[in-house]
Amino acid sequence: MAYNDTTRTMYQQTLQGLKDAGLFKQERYIHSPQAADIEVEYPSGSALKKVINICANNYLGLSSHPDVVKAAHEGLDTRGYGMSSVRFICGTQDIHRELERRVSDFLGTEDTILFPSCMDANAGVFEAILTKDDVMISDRLVHASLIDGIRLCSAMQDTYKHADMAHLESKLEMHQGRRHRLVITDGVFSMDGDTAPLDKMVELGEKYNAMILVDESHASGFMGKTGRGTHEKYGVLGKIDVITTTFGKALGGATGGCVSGHKELVEMCRQKARPYLFSNTIAPVVVTGILRVFEILTASTERRDKLERNAAYWRKGLTEAGFVLKEGDTPIVPVMLFNAKLAQDFSRALYDEGVYAVGFFFPVVPQGQARIRTQLSAGHEIHHLDKALDAFVKAGKKFNILGKTKQEIIEMYGN
Amino acid sequence: MDELKDVLLKYVNAEYVEEGGDPVGYDTPLISGGIVDSFSMVSLKRFLENQYKISIPDDQATPEAFDSVDKIAVLVRRFTKA
Repeated sequence: MAYNDTTRTMYQQTLQGLKDAGLFKQERYIHSPQAADIEVEYPSGSALKKVINICANNYLGLSSHPDVVKAAHEGLDTRGYGMSSVRFICGTQDIHRELERRVSDFLGTEDTILFPSCMDANAGVFEAILTKDDVMISDRLVHASLIDGIRLCSAMQDTYKHADMAHLESKLEMHQGRRHRLVITDGVFSMDGDTAPLDKMVELGEKYNAMILVDESHASGFMGKTGRGTHEKYGVLGKIDVITTTFGKALGGATGGCVSGHKELVEMCRQKARPYLFSNTIAPVVVTGILRVFEILTASTERRDKLERNAAYWRKGLTEAGFVLKEGDTPIVPVMLFNAKLAQDFSRALYDEGVYAVGFFFPVVPQGQARIRTQLSAGHEIHHLDKALDAFVKAGKKFNILGKTKQEIIEMYGN
Repeated sequence: MDELKDVLLKYVNAEYVEEGGDPVGYDTPLISGGIVDSFSMVSLKRFLENQYKISIPDDQATPEAFDSVDKIAVLVRRFTKA
């Protein structure tokens, strides 16, 4: 066996190195459905603790919604559990195609193709629609899944400074000799909670004959007045060439993702995208749940409206308490702590006060940019937010950072 | 004064350092320090080729060769002499 003592020791040392560097990630076991109130076993083996969850991607509070759960049960009863096949052999049911049509209607696109996850959608889309004659120009803060997809594609790679339109324009000028130019961005950036200026990007796309691809994973379902996404917020519905998004966050929170856009580009994915060709698609039980999510969202904007109110309430409360926040108008509200150990200790202090929010630090965010990323949900009531604010204020006092500037926090704790 | 290094330093700071970020120096690690990612190297290579009328083969445009302004200057001088 090749896995001898030397090999085992080598891996053990690598893992120990991650622990020594404070980069070792540990799961916390949740014993209840995903919601604003959860029961957590942490550390492993401890008694269960009831805490307020303020770090889930459950933006619309639909992860455990009774109507969605009921629809999933119905899907299980009428379409079974698994497909045991990829889509193009015998793994496509009527409901898969129904969901693709439903997503196209919701996003305002011509066609849609489902993927097992948005990670898979992003891994497959670039190589399916581009060749070595093309160029991909991506924002420097795009999600890791887009970066992996770009790596898998033979087209030339280039980047522009985060949301810097003058820099993007200079890159578009530089690459006019390429066959196709594809500009790649997140709609809402997951770590900072800011948005890509899609109106300006569409203008540049038209001026320099470039396609625009937007990952809407942290936007679909709630950004824009009717929740269509960042393209609705910026008034460019129907003008984005490719949208990728997930069903694993606001849209029910289970699994699955998609590529949506011009029908020829979607068809290219159906013919060539490897995660689509060589993997089962979304399970029927999840598909019927997502279909119910879209019924809920098209019937009323109540949930995205409540999320917007909750985010404003939360941001105002933290600002008045004296925390340093990243600017933004999304349900992602990063509380900046700058130092990795402080972020971990702060997270632990919050947990002791009954609030679950995780610290983020390098390499997930740039060095010296450690933070607690808080995420609001329509499932939060004001009493949840008030209790969580109390916990943040207590922890803020404990670490003496309330009312302190970035520079003062760095002087106290380093970065 | 090293004019070549100053031109390179000015370009790297303008192209890769975000607004409000700490400016890089001649020996600041660019690739291994996470300032320039592998996708962004293409701009740097194009800039060098246009600015100095040289052609750098892909197998020599390595992360190691581009890892600081000092190292990039060595690379450029090798090709401008050739």
